[in-house]
Amino acid sequence: MNGVHDMGGMHGFGPIEPERDEPVFHARWEGRALALQLAAGAWRKWNIDASRHSRELIPGPEYLRMTYYEKWIAGLIELLVQTGLVTRTEVEKGRPAPGTTKAVPPLTTAQVPDLLLSRGVQYTRDVQATPRYKAGDRVRARNIHPTGHTRLPRYARGHAGVIRHDHGVFVFPDTNAHFLGEQPQHLYSVRFEARELWGETAPAQDAVHLDLWDSYLDPA
Amino acid sequence: MKDLHHHGHQELPSDMALRVKALESLLVEKGLVDPAALDAIVDTYEHKVGPRNGARVVAKAWSDPGYKARLLKDGTAAIAELGYTGRQGEHMVVLENTPRVHNLVVCTLCSCYPISVLGLPPVWYKSAPYRSRAVIDPRGVLREFGLELPQGVEVRVWDSTSEIRYLVLPERPPGTDSLSEEQLAELVTRDAMIGAAKVAPPAKGVRP
Repeated sequence: MNGVHDMGGMHGFGPIEPERDEPVFHARWEGRALALQLAAGAWRKWNIDASRHSRELIPGPEYLRMTYYEKWIAGLIELLVQTGLVTRTEVEKGRPAPGTTKAVPPLTTAQVPDLLLSRGVQYTRDVQATPRYKAGDRVRARNIHPTGHTRLPRYARGHAGVIRHDHGVFVFPDTNAHFLGEQPQHLYSVRFEARELWGETAPAQDAVHLDLWDSYLDPA
Repeated sequence: MKDLHHHGHQELPSDMALRVKALESLLVEKGLVDPAALDAIVDTYEHKVGPRNGARVVAKAWSDPGYKARLLKDGTAAIAELGYTGRQGEHMVVLENTPRVHNLVVCTLCSCYPISVLGLPPVWYKSAPYRSRAVIDPRGVLREFGLELPQGVEVRVWDSTSEIRYLVLPERPPGTDSLSEEQLAELVTRDAMIGAAKVAPPAKGVRP
């Protein structure tokens, strides 16, 4: 979707403001927000693409006003309600509906190191998929404007680049985010010259690399 | 989206603290999350994962040519040799900065970051100014970080649009020939491993 989250190339957001000796979390609730997202995610009612999309769906003016973890909480509540883990009434009241049976949490303390520090979540898929391109091929990012989730930023659409590497077969976010299947396909590192993206005033030797799936690309 | 419209406006941190606390108690009461697991997640990101992980990878690459070759060929496997694996580090690619090429990592669409080696991202990396400008004006961004690159240097920006996570291998600074791997790791900063800075030579007075 053409949302405000797709920020690459925009002007007017001001200077970058690094913070000295920045803490990992600026308030206790930020850590809890992150932890709630990961622990609730262990129900496997959604996936990483759906959770990214839940934040993209935050209305633009609010997305820009909210801090990072405020967006996480807003997205998490939507996911919890949409997947039926909680009802909106329960969120508003802050307690379970009367007569609710208590579930058993799928993520235990003992499993946390495995999720965060060992296994993580694999996004490659061991399936046969014919790559449409190989290193050195010239491609053009499709000029598409899907209203759902996509990882093809606006600034690259319609522009030509060169495949520099085939990463292998990965889950396709555009369908996975909407629970329409993983549609695993080849993912490539594609080099776009800065002048191709930004015009003649960009330095001739500079470039931007994006990871793009087969479905985003046409031969050029 | 109803919830957002009703509660998204002018949230103050204290309101957020209450709201997150209410959500946590709801999920705990329903048996959807285990509060001890939440504590373990927070503890992991506060104490067990951070840029010191990445710094050890960089220092080893500077000290051991065989390791550096493995790191550039298969980042995930070479980083796993040091025990750094897990969430948001499942598919790692390492980018080598040289006198001729400077790499800079961003995620314009959200805030993807190589957490297994750098920990959670700083606020500036997640901010609209960085996400918007890194791809269109990387030299201007680097200038704000105090790094003026010569015209002849090629700037390569890497937009983290997939689950591949990028770690920059900075240039080893001069005057460090006699330093141990541990001493080298002390020099490596988070920003240098994002590509937003170079690694500075050791301050005078450091002795091997």
